[in-house]
Amino acid sequence: MSTKFVIDGLKATIEDKEILKGINLEIKGGEIHAIMGPNGTGKSTLASALMGHPKYEVTGGTAELNGEDLLEMDVDERALAGVFLAMQYPSEISGVTNSDFLRSAINARREEGDEISLIKFIRQMEAKMKELDMNPEFAHRYLNEGFSGGEKKRNEILQMLMLDPKIVILDEIDSGLDIDALKIVAAGVNSMRSEDRGFLIITHYQRLLNYITPDYVHVMMQGRIVKSGGPELAARLENEGYDWVKEELGIVDETVGQA
Amino acid sequence: MSTQLSTPINRSSAEALSRSKQEPQWLASLRAEAAELAETLAWPKPEKTRIERWSLGALGEYKAAEQLTRVEDLPADVQPYVPQDAGADFIVQRNSGIVFRQLSEQLKAQGVIFTDLETAAAEHPELVQPYLFSAVKKDEDKLNALHAALWNGGIFLYVPKNVDVELPVQALFLTDDPEATFAPHILIVAESNSRVTYVDRVISSRTGDAAPSIHHGAVEVIVKAGAQVRFASIHHMHPQVIDLSVRRSNVERDGRIEWIIGDLNDGNVLSDTTSSLDGAGSTSDVKVISIGASDQKMSLTTRAVHFGKNTDSLMVTRAVMKEQATAIINGITKIEKGATKANGVQTEKVLMLSPKARGDANPILLIDEDDVTAGHAASVGQVSPEQIHYLMSRGISKAQAERLIIYGFLAPVVSEIPIEAVRTQLRELLERKLLS
Repeated sequence: MSTKFVIDGLKATIEDKEILKGINLEIKGGEIHAIMGPNGTGKSTLASALMGHPKYEVTGGTAELNGEDLLEMDVDERALAGVFLAMQYPSEISGVTNSDFLRSAINARREEGDEISLIKFIRQMEAKMKELDMNPEFAHRYLNEGFSGGEKKRNEILQMLMLDPKIVILDEIDSGLDIDALKIVAAGVNSMRSEDRGFLIITHYQRLLNYITPDYVHVMMQGRIVKSGGPELAARLENEGYDWVKEELGIVDETVGQA
Repeated sequence: MSTQLSTPINRSSAEALSRSKQEPQWLASLRAEAAELAETLAWPKPEKTRIERWSLGALGEYKAAEQLTRVEDLPADVQPYVPQDAGADFIVQRNSGIVFRQLSEQLKAQGVIFTDLETAAAEHPELVQPYLFSAVKKDEDKLNALHAALWNGGIFLYVPKNVDVELPVQALFLTDDPEATFAPHILIVAESNSRVTYVDRVISSRTGDAAPSIHHGAVEVIVKAGAQVRFASIHHMHPQVIDLSVRRSNVERDGRIEWIIGDLNDGNVLSDTTSSLDGAGSTSDVKVISIGASDQKMSLTTRAVHFGKNTDSLMVTRAVMKEQATAIINGITKIEKGATKANGVQTEKVLMLSPKARGDANPILLIDEDDVTAGHAASVGQVSPEQIHYLMSRGISKAQAERLIIYGFLAPVVSEIPIEAVRTQLRELLERKLLS
């Protein structure tokens, strides 16, 4: 079955303040969608709300992955259904090694008694780390503890590669990355492109999109998608900024409720 | 409920008991003096813990223990704590006395003495008398004085000069009769440049009834110049047993003491582990791990006292508190005048799993010398919802996420335990207590 992810009229609040004011988006397997927009327009809230972060309350709308209602699921069930969010600020967890963590995550996807063998797991992890040009010692480091910003982002991509999700949401994956790291991360994402996997890339710089070509580009302002287009839209935003969009739509303040 | 102890023993009863066990005169006198001290000395007063409110009257009375010919005759629930290796150097104390002893030919040939302390006091007085109650002071408080008067069974481990004992020597202390005094005393003497690892388990058997009782234990480790002693002890007793454990080590020049303590009891605990770094260049390392549950009260103290120059101490305590448990965790680094270039580092961390649990981490630095370095870190925290969310967002269930975080919290201590068997056993006990 090919992947279909449908967000319809999604509304969400944080501490009773409405941030998402009705998001509509449909992502099919094989497609890459980019959401762009200045800071404070609700982009990261969309990512967090879809994953089920406890700080955000969904107050309206639906989000369905292959007909299954994501919003009814616990966070772990959403992940098992195929959603992966590469976070902007991944947590540090002391005492839990990267490899123990990843193995637990993989085994959560397998039946009891059918856990991945240690050898097979290590081989997979080593191969993926090599792809991402990660030092093998990171397998034994505690999860994200003492990682630099760029190392954390690479580690998010490592998880994406290992967990084989159906819908990948990348939240500001390019922030804090130098150009070499950006290329490596982009190569990782591109290697995952397939007919049954969709991507939602959230960024406020166009530079990531030089390496990952999106099929659709959406501009978010005031908690809504206000403009959609193809890759050419991203290029225009890079050259001209967001002012022309605001002018066109008569928007004075593009931010939403996050004073 | 508070039970005030009317001292259960006096000078003449202590002496009489000693004579009935045919102990040497010097030991009978020591017990008699201690019994007299116990009548006037006060209980220790650990920070924020009123141990005099505990049922300290339940010391029981001495009961001669029946010897075992084979460890298989111990209760079934005790068997997992018996070393897998049938030839291991191993001693078992059951209630008031030693019931099993096994010493390998190899250790005998190396001149190592590993026997019960009562036997050693009779057979090797020249090695026992100078050290017994030299590190644990019988006049320090009522607790120590009572122990000096009442101790039974116990261990004497003597490692001659330059001898390196390769495998850990092991002991098991079992209480399954609440009416019997359970007061083992462990005395370890490591002569110059020797090396030894000692591992014990202090446990209770569930075949015993639920009457309250006390483990009143004391440990003395004498580390001579250049010697190294590793001492690992796991305590796992049922809720009705109060664990009073005092451990002291005196470390001479370039000597090293390493303590690994697993306080995994279900009852109240007073645990006090002190290293006295007497000689220049001596070092100490203590790791304490604990889980508190139910309405348990624990006072866990680690202490390093620096007398020698260039001495180095490290203390780490990590505790996980469930339900309504209380732990007061004290880390005391004391650097005496003249202990130049001493370095003392301590960390106490508590992870709270319930809003009703209480954990206090008290780092205390007492420094009387200028030319030193010292550091401390203490924290009391809860499992962070942000961390749980992160793990769950990868498909890990909430229960498993919590488990990973708790194990992760304890991992820096558990993973450094040098003895595989102890590490495994500690993990199993942690698991059991966390899941219960």
